[in-house]
Amino acid sequence: MTKPENEITWKDLEIGSIVTEPGNASQYKTGDWRSQRPTYDFNKCIKCGICSIFCPEGCVELNEEGYLEANLFYCKGCGICARECWTQAITMVDEEE
Amino acid sequence: MATKVGMEVSVAVGEVVKAANADVIAAYPITPQTHIVEHLAELVANGELDAEFIPVESEHSAMSACLGSAAAGARTFTATAGQGLELMHEVLYVASSMQLPIVMTVANRALSAPLSVWGDHSDAMAVRDTGWIQIFTENGQEVVDHVLYAFRIAEDRKVLLPVMIHLDGFNLSHMIEPVLLPEQSEVDQFLPPNQYPLPLDPNKPVTMGDFGPPIIYTEAKWAQEVNLRASKEVILRAWKEFGDIFGRHYSSVECYHREQAKVLLLTMGSFGETAMMAIDKMRKEGRDVGLLKLRL
Repeated sequence: MTKPENEITWKDLEIGSIVTEPGNASQYKTGDWRSQRPTYDFNKCIKCGICSIFCPEGCVELNEEGYLEANLFYCKGCGICARECWTQAITMVDEEE
Repeated sequence: MATKVGMEVSVAVGEVVKAANADVIAAYPITPQTHIVEHLAELVANGELDAEFIPVESEHSAMSACLGSAAAGARTFTATAGQGLELMHEVLYVASSMQLPIVMTVANRALSAPLSVWGDHSDAMAVRDTGWIQIFTENGQEVVDHVLYAFRIAEDRKVLLPVMIHLDGFNLSHMIEPVLLPEQSEVDQFLPPNQYPLPLDPNKPVTMGDFGPPIIYTEAKWAQEVNLRASKEVILRAWKEFGDIFGRHYSSVECYHREQAKVLLLTMGSFGETAMMAIDKMRKEGRDVGLLKLRL
């Protein structure tokens, strides 16, 4: 998908809507499905990585300080990371807050 | 020049699929389609047709196997009837919206209940909106001609849609009729090799049958509609070319004694031949009747 999703018309689609660009699922934003987002208390984080193992989206990445943090372009806000975090470093907050 | 042979129409279907050199046949036997599948299984087992015959466990699996086969760029054939067509129903939509050129003969059979193996078009009507091209045949020769023809239009770059050839169960499928089977040279002249433009290929990966959120889905459905409408031109041109090679000319609607007719009977399939006799008889009696036969 070279065009943004909302600009694609029927004329841009390949036969049978075949996707010819491998790996372009990474361009698909799933972050806007979210109603809650994870927030972090990095004082508690022990960098164990359990959040990344449990994340069903596989969107937990290392930030510049080496702490683990969800990529909000993909994070669907399921809260599993917050539930599983051993030190309770993650708190889910409503998106509108 | 082809010679005329007396042959059961189902067997003749198998012979044409062989002449078309199909690569994959995935089918499940069901009355009254069984003889088509049986004959093809025999041709493959005897080494007369170099194809993969996949004896699947249901019609749902048959059409699913056909999806994969057509997606890989193989010339793909299947056959079914009645309840079998219903069992593969959901996969029919996938075939047409993924634009996979699958050819299927349907030996039309009434849907249950009460359980009936005999003919009507309730199976064909139930799949009318699945996006397949449907062609109704009237006699053995039309079946033979249209199985070959179906590969040609299904695989055309401007069409790339699955095609269903309807032949009435028993009334056509089990009749022994004189038919002209095409010569291999004629088949090769009429039917170019299948060249699906974006086949499954590890060296050039593609994603097929991906999900489409509403913003894409509507566009995809419109693309399909535009494509289906555009196929008519190819269908008519291929009939013209078929006529030039084989000397038998077809059209989407055929008229019989339409002139000054006050009542027109509309038929599809083998009823057309019976209706012609009735029209002849009634015309002799001075009644202004005529016939329209819907093929496409």
